[in-house]
Amino acid sequence: MSWFDRVFRRGQLEGELSEELRVHIEERTEQLMRLENLSREEARQAALRAFGNVTLLQQKSREVWQWFWLESILADLKFIFRRLRKAPGFSLTVLLTLAIGIGANAAVFTVVNSVLFKPLPYPDSDRIVSLSLNAPGAAGLANFQKGLPLSASMYFAFSENNRTFQSLGIWSMNKANLTGLAQPEQVNVALITDGVLETFGVPPLAGRELSVADHAPNGPKNVMLSYGYWQRRFGGDRSVVGRTIIIDSRARTIVGIMPRGFRVVDHDFDVMAPFAFERNKQPLAGFGFQGIGRLKPGVTIQQANADIARTIPIWMDSFSNGPGSDSHWYVKWRITPDLHLLKQEIVGNVGNVLWVVMGTIGIVLLIACVNVANLMLVRAEARQVELSVRAALGAGRGRIAREMIFESVVLGLIGGVFGTAIAALGLRFLVSIGPANLPRLQEISLDRGSILFTLALSVASSLFFGSIPAWKYSRSNATVSRGTTRTSGATRERNRSRNILVVAQVAMALVLLVCAVLMIRTFQQLRMVEPGFTDPADLQTVRIAIPESFLSDSRMVVRLENNVVDKLAAIPGVTSVGFAQTGPMEGDGHGWNLIYVEGKTYAGDPPIRFYNYISPGYLHALGARLIAGRDFTWQGAYNLRPELIVSENLAREEWGSAGAAIGKRLRETPRETPGEPWYEVVGVVQDVHYDGVGEAAPAVVYWPALIHSPWMGTYTPRSSVFTLRSNRAGTQAFLNEVQQAVWSANADLPVASPRTMQEIYSKSLARTSFTLVLLGIAASMALALGIIGIYGVISYAVSRRTREIGIRLALGAQKSELRWMFVRSALALTGIGIVIGLGAAAGVARLMGALLFGVSPFDPVSFAAVPLILAAAAALASFLPAHRAADINPVDALKGE
Amino acid sequence: MMILESLRRQPAHGYALVQHIQQRSNNLLQVEEGSLYPALQRLLKSKLVKAEWAVSTSTNRRVRIYEITKAGIHHLEHELSSFDRMLEGIQMVLGPARRTANP
Repeated sequence: MSWFDRVFRRGQLEGELSEELRVHIEERTEQLMRLENLSREEARQAALRAFGNVTLLQQKSREVWQWFWLESILADLKFIFRRLRKAPGFSLTVLLTLAIGIGANAAVFTVVNSVLFKPLPYPDSDRIVSLSLNAPGAAGLANFQKGLPLSASMYFAFSENNRTFQSLGIWSMNKANLTGLAQPEQVNVALITDGVLETFGVPPLAGRELSVADHAPNGPKNVMLSYGYWQRRFGGDRSVVGRTIIIDSRARTIVGIMPRGFRVVDHDFDVMAPFAFERNKQPLAGFGFQGIGRLKPGVTIQQANADIARTIPIWMDSFSNGPGSDSHWYVKWRITPDLHLLKQEIVGNVGNVLWVVMGTIGIVLLIACVNVANLMLVRAEARQVELSVRAALGAGRGRIAREMIFESVVLGLIGGVFGTAIAALGLRFLVSIGPANLPRLQEISLDRGSILFTLALSVASSLFFGSIPAWKYSRSNATVSRGTTRTSGATRERNRSRNILVVAQVAMALVLLVCAVLMIRTFQQLRMVEPGFTDPADLQTVRIAIPESFLSDSRMVVRLENNVVDKLAAIPGVTSVGFAQTGPMEGDGHGWNLIYVEGKTYAGDPPIRFYNYISPGYLHALGARLIAGRDFTWQGAYNLRPELIVSENLAREEWGSAGAAIGKRLRETPRETPGEPWYEVVGVVQDVHYDGVGEAAPAVVYWPALIHSPWMGTYTPRSSVFTLRSNRAGTQAFLNEVQQAVWSANADLPVASPRTMQEIYSKSLARTSFTLVLLGIAASMALALGIIGIYGVISYAVSRRTREIGIRLALGAQKSELRWMFVRSALALTGIGIVIGLGAAAGVARLMGALLFGVSPFDPVSFAAVPLILAAAAALASFLPAHRAADINPVDALKGE
Repeated sequence: MMILESLRRQPAHGYALVQHIQQRSNNLLQVEEGSLYPALQRLLKSKLVKAEWAVSTSTNRRVRIYEITKAGIHHLEHELSSFDRMLEGIQMVLGPARRTANP
């Protein structure tokens, strides 16, 4: 007989046993009757005596077969399921509460785990560092750039002279026009130097990696493809290796394909191409590249920092910005290396948000558990008679406690299963909405770690809410049965644990509500910031790049762009069009340099200012107000007229007011340089928040789209964001017309990253709104659970005290007094909870400081409003049962006696 | 051991086993008759005996006939030999002791 038979065919086994015993006794009886001439009755008695305790022996025989533990657990399980089925309301409430609580936690844990804890998807990723530099001496630089990017000459100096790196390289993301396939399209190109792929250490999926020869200037024009682009464009055809594609009008050969999921740090790319720098032509400047490196095994970050610090003077000795320039000029910038792990660089400060969310979701689960514990207490109380009878019949204390905890664990595990499903759905949703600023989004998945976490969480929470009633009721065996249901008033002892739970709930709900209100206030403050553009939903932006190889003459580029603007303006419904090198909140870096004001002397260097190159009409299309002066003109641009527009904050800083700035002159060098004119300020424009509404608007110098400088010659940015104002912005039909209009100007120009300004704007608010939504959900759940908790406690108290109320009413108590009595007890509990909660909220809010904008962590509005909301909710929650209490008919109430 | 020995002589049902053991021991071993059954179940579980339902020829009742298995015989022989050795040992210890105690 297998164990399966033993467990599930027990009925048969028992039948056989009892029949066997019966036969035995009958045979003995008959024999006694035969041999000793006894009556059947006497003989049977004697036979039974000789046999012993039939029931006990039967059980002993049975126990031979039993796997005792499993059997008793199965019996418990059966009993638990029967009881849960009999109370569907209770079971459903508990399961739903737990599923949501556990599911939310599992989802957030998965995010935290994937983003913060899991290593980056590169081999030995703990040795990969980001080569960041600090330059405190570069005044104003920190305003709009995080640290100092590397220049190409730094790459050569570092890679040739370091002693601590196994490999290092620089990279940057670029856009390029890919032609020669069906339609011209703009692709994301990752430009890399030698050492970058070696640092990542990820082998290609097909073909080979870019070799040293590929990185040589004038080397073969080879590129690699990303997995995604290869799938999208070539359907995963392996024969593309060796094929030639045209990038920015240059033929390039595909030599390899990177595997799925490979990203350059945190950037997706389509094509990876070598920079192919010419070492000897690199100036010191040109700080525009990101650096990464792989440390030699055993090297610490400090050692690497010291090593790079040693090579910075070598860099200044070996390179130059041109004849006559001071190559040690950068000593003033006080450039120091600030290496950190690549993971740290990618994850950034998102850890803050995630921990706040994790904490709040954890609190929600705690509240949910408290609520479930409360429900379990109510149930246990209702079962008090049953339990005391069982205790009287000899059920051990441990046995009863075990059963209660067991019931909780069963509930917890079922809740956990549903919770996992909820988490999986939630994560899919999260990845699909893809909140900006959440790095490593693609790597988020419900893996074994999260499943284990969910399991552990389910068991832990069920032990938490199960142990409270179990501890309480298995302990009180001795005192129970005397009262039965005639208890006339709620005893203090019995209510105390429930009251404590309610106080805890209120306190936790208060913390969450305060956090949520703080976020709402932050969001309001952000919305109130004037971003520097109007009606973002009506603004369509598209990026168009005109590479050097496509059209080399800058003047021709501007003519083409001017032509595009004219075609775009002719689209029905378009009211204004313009373009700029950098649009607001695009998230890319911007150009910058020193700027000298005429008539001012500087102790060191003047502050560094943000540069933007704009077409006439751009500011008007954007909706940025001209505060003084006038806009640029096409005529002026073509004639290289030395004109500038400055932002209002720059004007105030330099000349005190917007009006005073008009006619003032600026230039890029401190001394007279042949061919460099003074640029005259012709307009002052409203501040635009280029780095997001949460950041201060940078001081901006707007240059015309076409300028002439002694260093760059006639210059125009090669990639511009075109901005159209139209109430049809964002529709596909409109975009098609935009595409057609651009093609009618030049058939080889692709239109890239079409977005409305509203999308860009919302994305810049994404971190706040993401936190806000999650906190809002958590807080409203907490509030709802808190209200249910208070309602439950008060209505239970009412039902326990029906008799007392009857007597009070019979003795002439006023209904309003009775109502107030219950509401008052609820308010007392809430009050204690609020006081505790305020203390906790102050602590939590301080931790949240980094997420807030324009609101103090101890914002009096939030800290005053939330307790009021909670008190009102508590009053409401207790009023309903109190009202019911007052309506009790004293005759009915006392009839039971 | 006694049960197994009895069953080796001939398969029997529970009641017959009791009768047999009582007779063989000349009623020296008076045990609760019922205690046979848990013992039988233990033997069944360890597969030393097997059981089958059959109709008793003498009483015409449906009874469960127990039969010793090969493993049972093996086990019995092993047990008997170790029991014999133990008995021998006890006798060897007790034998001389008696002599010294009662010279």
